[in-house]
Amino acid sequence: MAGYTWSEIGSIFAMQGFSGLSLFCVFLLMALGLAIIFGQMGVINMAHGEFLTIGAYTTYLLSRWAELHAPALLDYMFFVAVIVGFLLAFAVGYLVEMGLIRHLYKRPLDTLLATWGLSLIMQQTFRSAFGAREVSPTLPGWLLGSLSLTDSIEIPINGLVVMGLTFVTTAAVFLFMFRSRWGLRVRATVQNRVMSGCVGIDTTRVDRMTFAIGCGTAGIAGAAFTTIASTGPTSGSLYIVDTFLVVVFGGAASLLGTIASAFTIAQAQSILEFFSSGSMAKVMTLLAVVIILMLRPQGLFNLRIRR
Amino acid sequence: MTTTPNTASNTDFLLAIEDLTVSFDGFKAVNELNLYVDREEIRVIIGPNGAGKTTVLDLICGKTRATSGSIRFQNRELTRLAEHEIVRAGVGRKFQNPAIYENLTVAENLLVSYPKGRSVFGSLGFRRDAAVQTRVEEIAVAVFLQDRLDEMAGILSHGQKQWLEIGMLLIQDPELIMLDEPVAGMSVRERQQTGELLARICQGRSMLIIEHDMDFVRSIAHKVTVMHQGKILVEGSMDKVHDDPRVKEVYLGH
Amino acid sequence: MNQAVNKLFGGVSGLVGFLLLAGLILIVLPGVLDSFRLNLVGKYLTYAFVAVSLVLCWGYGGILSLGQGIFFGLGGYCMAMFLKLEASSPANTAIQTTPGIPDFMDWNQLTALPWFWKPFYSLPLTLIAIVALPTLLAWLISFALFKRRVGGVYFSIITQAIASILTILIIGQQGYTGGINGITDLRTLLGWDIRTDEAKWVLYFVTCALLLGIIVLSRLILTSKLGLLLVALRDQEDRVRFSGYDVANIKIFIFCVAAAISAIGGAMFTLQVGFMSPSFVGVVPSIEMVIFAAVGGRYSLIGAVYGALLVNAAKTMFSESFPELWLYLMGGLFIAAVLLFPRGLAGLVERYGPPLMSALGKRLSVPALRRGALAAVRSAK
Repeated sequence: MAGYTWSEIGSIFAMQGFSGLSLFCVFLLMALGLAIIFGQMGVINMAHGEFLTIGAYTTYLLSRWAELHAPALLDYMFFVAVIVGFLLAFAVGYLVEMGLIRHLYKRPLDTLLATWGLSLIMQQTFRSAFGAREVSPTLPGWLLGSLSLTDSIEIPINGLVVMGLTFVTTAAVFLFMFRSRWGLRVRATVQNRVMSGCVGIDTTRVDRMTFAIGCGTAGIAGAAFTTIASTGPTSGSLYIVDTFLVVVFGGAASLLGTIASAFTIAQAQSILEFFSSGSMAKVMTLLAVVIILMLRPQGLFNLRIRR
Repeated sequence: MTTTPNTASNTDFLLAIEDLTVSFDGFKAVNELNLYVDREEIRVIIGPNGAGKTTVLDLICGKTRATSGSIRFQNRELTRLAEHEIVRAGVGRKFQNPAIYENLTVAENLLVSYPKGRSVFGSLGFRRDAAVQTRVEEIAVAVFLQDRLDEMAGILSHGQKQWLEIGMLLIQDPELIMLDEPVAGMSVRERQQTGELLARICQGRSMLIIEHDMDFVRSIAHKVTVMHQGKILVEGSMDKVHDDPRVKEVYLGH
Repeated sequence: MNQAVNKLFGGVSGLVGFLLLAGLILIVLPGVLDSFRLNLVGKYLTYAFVAVSLVLCWGYGGILSLGQGIFFGLGGYCMAMFLKLEASSPANTAIQTTPGIPDFMDWNQLTALPWFWKPFYSLPLTLIAIVALPTLLAWLISFALFKRRVGGVYFSIITQAIASILTILIIGQQGYTGGINGITDLRTLLGWDIRTDEAKWVLYFVTCALLLGIIVLSRLILTSKLGLLLVALRDQEDRVRFSGYDVANIKIFIFCVAAAISAIGGAMFTLQVGFMSPSFVGVVPSIEMVIFAAVGGRYSLIGAVYGALLVNAAKTMFSESFPELWLYLMGGLFIAAVLLFPRGLAGLVERYGPPLMSALGKRLSVPALRRGALAAVRSAK
């Protein structure tokens, strides 16, 4: 840390912190979906990263279409892409639950393996359809550029937009799970499947919708992802290990824990990146998370439940 | 009203529970409980659902950790020990839903429960010699399963699975056997057989049983303890407890 | 005699299976294949070490390790370090800026051998390290997690994370580890050139012998009381605990055994193929190794070997002709192995073998076949 004045360090933290925030947003959006699927339903979806890729490719395709056929719409295309990305990922997730996941509810380790196979198939599908090279959507002009807060702190606008998107999505998930009737049905099914069936809840549909919504959230993460990196067939798999760690670190069952965990891990990695190489930052962050999990396996938040 | 011992120390009792409390987020499932079990005594615990009966067994065998209080078994403090240490100290627990190994045969189920070769290397080097074989057969006879030794435990009937689990406890030769609703789901004939079995095996050991079937309780209990809301309501012989107005109100009905 | 057969091979059907496998890898394949393809089979057999290790810890113990590549890689790297040091004698590296150190260190401007490379000058120390280092790491991981009752999916995720960490570390520290290319250009083992066809022939048989020996040792473990305990705790962990066993110790033991076996496989891999790189350590190869065990049969030691051979043979075949198709196929294999044949090929053989044999015996009027089928059913579980 030598050689920097305090104000410079402050600016570094602020700027790294801000780029850490973009990472935090992607982590959080991915982790939200996974927290719903894993934390609430106990299903391990190793193909979750591929739903991110669906959202990312959707954004790319829509932006190309707009470029070629309706350049005037390019400015709004990003928001359209978010919605379409969600819907597409939702639909695919719905089908996946119907065809694959519902056979494996009592076998979490087998679900892990089967969804890994699914991710391989999805990755190859992307590769066949879009090629192995990475692509980027054309982002609308207003998304590029940055705001200058002070002389030495510049905040990129796309970071702000992504943050806003994340905030809205997180709030929506929270409202859905904890304030809506549907969310009540989901929580009831998760806690006592048999009883829920007895009181008239269609547990099969609930499972399917819940899984699909989790996947849809990953689709939104994919749209957000296109603003910070280019998209390739294996983009999703870059984040899958991290996302699982985020969910487990945050205590799986707790939404607040997931948010706190995503923030901590993203920030730690980002700040460390400035002081050492990219790979060492990642190693140190992951190692710290694993060690903390070994000392405290229940994650950051712990609820003592009478089972 | 709980019976207070007039002896100065706990050494006379096989099991001495004092001021035992366990609290889940403020809810006291077991509330300053005092319970004493003698050697070679069959004690049955009855009471309405939610009274804390299963929780008491969980606390003794270590499945749940107490918030405060003490459990002394043969003068050893159990609240500080790990589950497997409590078992090795001589406490055996049978669960409500038969917890047997469905993918092993009856003989293998009993073999796994044999009290020798309990460490990693001990179990690697464990030899199934004649002594072990004889004991397995002995226990199988005692629990009416001598003809099913080579069958998969998964295909046994519900009652037979209960007996197998009792056999798995017996082969460990514990000084205290704890049974959670041992005759639940059994036919009348099976209940009779179980009653005989329990009467036979109580030689030289104590039993702590949770049950709801009053006829069964009457046939085997030396003493009955009624629990309600985490505390003991009444203790005594079956007749005394049966006629107590508080018990009638809370549990047995009029 | 019968007891010994039961203990070492798991009954008559087990003995037959073992002999068939031994015959295949020791006699048939070396007789039929050219030295290039035999070397390939030797490579696949080193993966079989990992598959066998997974039968122990996953099939029997219920511990799904998604990081066996860690141990395979560590064993392989230890062997590679020894071989590299031998290949980097001052005479061989005279043209380097700093002679006497491996070439990649020279490229990365290192001027001296790092301290942790020094023990690998000695073959005995290397051999010890191949088994001891991965076992130590496995012990650390499993002790920290199993003593705290962390199991199942959480454990799998953490093994994945550790595999990921190790890969990033190895790639990032290329001065010390050879980076993404790994440690290559290995030449001699104590003066014996391992690159010749003759050497590969010998190494193939060494691999086979080690594999068969490990299968017998594993069988000994599985037929002991510990083996019963593994099956018991996979299904009813609490019951085992309440029968007086420290469940964590059992799990730690089997996980460490699995790590040691994988490490030996890794070392043999390095010897036969002539290099070791981080592409065998990470998340993707580790989970691929799981599919070998899943396809072959997670409850069958011998099935796992066949699984490793078949899946890898298919991979080589498809990667040559239809590379795009291969990933679809492998993904499909994962799903099929879980949904359609959870007991793998060995399970299919168990279920359909005896009836087929019996029917065949009737058709061909060979009563011995029929009796053999019945015996197989009785002795198998």
